[in-house]
Parts: sequence; structure tokens; C-alpha cells
Amino acid sequence: MNDMTLLERSVEQTEIKISAQDVQVWYGEKHAIKDVNVDLLDKTVTAFIGPSGCGKSTFLRCLNRMNDTIESCRVGGRIALDGEDIYDRRVDPVQLRARVGMVFQKPNPFPKSIYDNVAYGPRIHGLARNRAELDEIVEKSLRGAALWNEVKDRLGEPGTGLSGGQQQRLCIARAVATQPEVLLMDEPCSALDPIATSQVEELIDQLRAEFSVVIVTHSMQQAARVSQKTAFFHLGNLVEYGNTDDIFTNPRDPRTESYISGRIG
Amino acid sequence: MSDATIEGAPRATQPKSSLLVADPHTRRRHAAEARFRAYGLGAIVISMVMLVVLLFTILTGGIGAFRQTYLEIPVTLEDAQLDKNGNRDPADLGKVLTLTYGKLLQQSLEKVVADKGIAIADLSAKDLSGLISKEAPARLRDQVLANPDLIGQTITARVLVNGRIDGYYKGRVTMDSALRDANTSPAQLQLADALKAQGMLATKWNWSFLTSPDASDQRPEAAGVGIAILGSLYMMLVVLVLAVPIGVAASIYLEEFAPKNRWTDIIEVNISNLAAVPSIVFGILGLAAFINFGGLPQSAPIVGGLVLTLMTLPTIIIATRAALKAVPPSIRDAALGVGASRMQSVFHHVLPLAMPGILTGTIIGMAQALGETAPLLLIGMVAFVKNFPSAPPEGLFEPASALPVQVYNWTQRADPAFIERASGAIIVLLVFLLCMNVLAILLRRRFERRW
Ligand SMILES: Nc1ncnc2c1ncn2[C@@H]1O[C@H](COP(=O)(O)OP(=O)(O)OP(=O)(O)O)[C@@H](O)[C@H]1O
Ligand SMILES: [Mg+2]
Repeated sequence: MNDMTLLERSVEQTEIKISAQDVQVWYGEKHAIKDVNVDLLDKTVTAFIGPSGCGKSTFLRCLNRMNDTIESCRVGGRIALDGEDIYDRRVDPVQLRARVGMVFQKPNPFPKSIYDNVAYGPRIHGLARNRAELDEIVEKSLRGAALWNEVKDRLGEPGTGLSGGQQQRLCIARAVATQPEVLLMDEPCSALDPIATSQVEELIDQLRAEFSVVIVTHSMQQAARVSQKTAFFHLGNLVEYGNTDDIFTNPRDPRTESYISGRIG
Repeated sequence: MSDATIEGAPRATQPKSSLLVADPHTRRRHAAEARFRAYGLGAIVISMVMLVVLLFTILTGGIGAFRQTYLEIPVTLEDAQLDKNGNRDPADLGKVLTLTYGKLLQQSLEKVVADKGIAIADLSAKDLSGLISKEAPARLRDQVLANPDLIGQTITARVLVNGRIDGYYKGRVTMDSALRDANTSPAQLQLADALKAQGMLATKWNWSFLTSPDASDQRPEAAGVGIAILGSLYMMLVVLVLAVPIGVAASIYLEEFAPKNRWTDIIEVNISNLAAVPSIVFGILGLAAFINFGGLPQSAPIVGGLVLTLMTLPTIIIATRAALKAVPPSIRDAALGVGASRMQSVFHHVLPLAMPGILTGTIIGMAQALGETAPLLLIGMVAFVKNFPSAPPEGLFEPASALPVQVYNWTQRADPAFIERASGAIIVLLVFLLCMNVLAILLRRRFERRW
């Protein structure tokens, strides 16, 4: 993919999809996220970058309440999806997660067939009325994840039998199949080769037409290639958030600059 | 890397050793490993030898219980004795006592001995009648009552012989021991030999050991494990129906849903403690709770099953929780991540993966319950039961025995013939266990298609 075309693309979208205000996260006594304020735009790819352990995954997991599953984790502040507080006590996290999908850092396909992996989400949410529709969703999702050609002849085989990179793309297909509004991806390409990586990046760019995508990445190039907005985290703080072009060409904070140029990390 | 050259530098100054010769450090490590392997192998050999010795003694001791000596003689079922009115009225036939049939058998045997010209010195009348088991007349009576048409005919009756004679053909009784034995005599053994020579007495495979009920002290030859098998089966049924669903549900709740706080900690500690409580304590609990307080009948499989359920629950819960814990959390995350509820993530993904472990735990628990004796003694399952319990559910409330209790019971009796029976019952118990284990392995295979 050509870097220049992506960089030149301006951010047309201004509608706010997720709005976070004064978000705090504690793991027991450890204050992992401090006073994060950020507005994530609809139909936009936002990249989270920052050194290891700075809280990127933690913040990402706040956005679909996956942190609820961690006993010691407490979240403060307000996070709103389309203006509705997702930590309101009336919100069912299950319903939220159907709208805010997630791809994890480590590929974690179900120990079921490839088909069942992708079909699971649509099945439990009742997205397909019959087998033909389900087949269609599965094919579309697998194509979207650039996996269709590799697995179309063995959809009945176990998903865990695929290679690491294929597994990750399967997980992406699984997340896409539920047709979420926001897709959270935690280092989705850390197990992929350059070709698969560029396929996934292309996919992310396509997904932007329908969803808003948040991607955590350790690769500056990847952030520059796929995202329109970039957020830089450091030690639990959101240091800088802005247009990707600006962050990479003209960072305002010295910490951002030194991270981007490879001096912290 | 530049580090590598710096690290490597001091090494270059040391004298080079050959890779073909092991240095002392490597030799020591090899010796340690070889020793450890030898210990392991030794442990396995010792346990295999133990197992073989155990199986050998039980099989050689118990296989005899599956063979039984029978006398086959013609018996004329005379109208005059069995049906005086000649109308085959079941009520009248029922009035004829076992004693009459005993006499009939005795006369038939005397006739055979006279007809065949068998002459044995010192053969007393008691020796002659004592050849036939005390159980035999009752069986003949049952046969006639079941089929009154036989009256008036001469049938070839299959008559159970005395346990001593049976023991003689299994090597338990010899001419020498018979001399000192009040219950038999050398003359009686000679008579048996003579009948055997005539082809009228033979030791044959004996299914009735598996189907007949227990018998009294004087009739080891008639004792079987039928009721014990049924009782054990009924109790396993109760355990399966109660312990498995309750145990699995409790573990799923504790592992996947319950908040982790002081209360669940207390519950967890208590479950672990319960698993270590001696089984006889559960027997006392069962006696107090189910029989004295709950008013359930004594000796009934339902009470035994309930007690064994209490005993098995901790085992099943601990095993199931361990199996659930072993499922990688990433699977739960994956399910929750696509918007599955807790319940869906557990039932669609976690439980199938944990199934092999759950099955193993369950079967271990059930096998433990099957072999348990002590608690059953306390709730009266050791009573002498002569009538088969009916089919469940009513049968669960009728008196029955259990295999391990039957073994215990028989080993308490005076007649050495019961030792053979006890070993036979142990064989049945082992076969039971083997079947359960095979079932467990088959089920596990089915679920273990780990994809
Ligand atoms: N389950 C947990 N319990 C306690 N502390 C945690 C837990 N998960 C993360 N932390 C802590 O929170 C901080 C942020 O972790 P997080 O996983 O969000 O970092 P990250 O930015 O995603 O790092 P990486 O790039 O290595 O994935 C770390 O200091 C980590 O030790
Ligand atoms: Mg992370």
C-alpha cells in the first residue's frame, strides 16, 4: 500500500462515536489510566500508540467493558457511546459488546470449525434467518479478513489448526461477522507476516466505511498507514491526541516526539 | 551484536575441551538423570507386580464361585405326595412343604444308589441325605410350582450338592480334612466320586452365582450376588441422577459466576474438607438424617444412594472446578468479545472443553462410591436380604444389599466356602469398575476431539 495516499487523505468525519471523559482505571491499588479525555470519531481509524505497559490495552478494554471480567479492575469517569453512558447501571455489557466488537492481541479462535467460529456471533445475535444467509455472512466476513481463498475448501476444519496469522485473521472475521459499530483491535498484526499485515491493513481501511475502528499498535509505520487519528499514551496518561499526520510530522509534546523517533519505548 | 564478542572474549582464553568427551559436570547430570529413571522404572515395576499378584489371588480364589457342582438324577414327581386331590390347584400345591420335596429327593438318590449298585463301606443315612444341599428341595419346589404339569412325570432334576462336596472338587476339601469334619465324611466323598463316575455328578459353569440371592450360613453353595448387584446398580443410579447434576452445577456456579469474596472462600475450604471426611462419618449422618429424621426405610438403596451422593459430591465438585480452571481464559474473552453472555460463553465454549476432565472426576467419584462399605454398614445394608427388590422407583425403597457389603458379610462367615464366594463377588465388583472406566474412556474420547 502506498503510504502517501493514506497520509494525504483528510479526516472528513466529525461525528463523535465514543466520548471518554476523565477516565480512570485502577487494578487494585495500581492506577493504570489517569484522567483520559478523548473523543473517537465515527467512521475513522484511530491508532493508540505508546510504550509497553502504558495502558493502551487497558483503555481499549474499557471501551467495551471487557475489564468487567477482571476482578480487581475499577473504572471511573464517563465513557459514552452515541451519547449514552456505557457504564450506566442499566447497560447490559452483552448488548454493548455486540455493538463494540473486539480482536485480541493473541489469536483466540474457538476450538470449533472455521465456519462455526465465524458463524457464532451471527447465530447468538440472530443476524441470519436461514442457512443461506449465514453462509453469506461467513463468506463475506472471511473475504473481508482476507482469509476466504485460503480456507474456502476446508470450512469444516478446526480453527485452531490454522497458522498463527490465519488464526488472527479468523478472529477478525469473527469480530466483523457480528456487524459491530465499533471494532477494537489490540495489536491485531503482531503475529502476521508483512503480506497478511498489509491485507489486514487494507481490510481496516475498508471497514472504516462502515465502522469506527480503534487499533493498538507498536508499529509507527502501521499507525501512519492506516489511521486518521492517533493517540499517544505514556504511563497511563493520554499525552497527545490528534490527526495522524500532525502527530507524526509535527508532535507538540516532547515525549511524543522522542517516542516516535525511537528514544523511549 | 557487539555484546556477543565481549562475552565470548574470556572464553577464548580457556583451554578448549573436546565435545567428544563429557566433562565432569555433564557426567554428574547424566548420572542423576539415569538414577531418576531407574527409580521411576522401579516404582512402575513394583506396582505392576503388586497388581498382578492381586489379580492372580483374586482370580484363582474367586473363579471357583462361578463353577458349581450339580447332581443330575431322575426324580419321579408323584401325585400322591405332591397333589393329593389331583386337581393341580395352585393353592393346594402351595401347601406342600419343602420338607416333602426333600424326602422326594432323598428317596430318588437312594433309588439311584441302589439301582446302580453303588456300595460304599460306612455310608450312613445322614451321609447320603447330606450329599444334597439344603437349598435343593426349595429350588425343586419352585420349579414344580412354576410348572405344575411336571407332577406325575419323571424328570431329570438338577440338584445342588452340599458345599463340602463342591469344595472337594475344587480342592478345598480332601479325604483327610473330611475325616475331621463333622459336616462330611470320607464315605460321602467316595459316594460323590462314584456318582461322578456314573456321569451323574459334575462341576459346571454356574451363572446362578450372578442371579441368586444371598443364602444362610449352612448353604454357601446357594449363595449369589444377584441382590447385591441390583442394590449397587440402584445406588449408582441414585448417585448418577443426584450427584452429577448437583456437583457440576455447583462447580460451574462457583467457578464462573460466584463473586470471589469471604463467603465463597469459606465454601471452598469446606468443600475441600468434606472431601477428606472419613466415609463412615457420612454413614452416621445418613443414619441420623435420612433414616431417623427423614423416615426413609433401612437397608434401602435410596438411603445408600443419598449417603454415597453426599460422599461423592466434594470429589465431583473439586474435579469439575479443576477442569473448568484449566480452560484458557482467552476462550472466555473470545466469547464475551463477540457479545455472548456469561452463560453462553460457559455452555457453548467452556463446558465442552472441560468435559473430559469433568467426566474423569465424575467416574472417579462414582467408582469410589461403588466400592464404599463403611457408610452402608451403618444404614443397615448389611442385613440378610432374600427377596429381590422390584424395579425402580419402588425398588429403591425396598431392602437390598450392595457388592462391597456382601463381600464384607461373606468374609465374616465361618464356612470356608464363603471365602470363595467373597472372592467371586470381588471379581464382579472389579468387572463393574472396569466397565465404568471403559465407559469413561469412551466418553472422554468422544469429547476430546480438541479440534
Ligand atoms: N489484569 C491486570 N491486573 C493488574 N494489573 C494489570 C492487569 N492488566 C494490566 N495491568 C497493568 O496495567 C498497566 C497497563 O497495562 P496494559 O496491558 O494496558 O499495557 P499496554 O499498553 O497494552 O502494554 P503492551 O503494549 O505491552 O500490550 C501495566 O502496568 C500492567 O502491569
Ligand atoms: Mg497490550
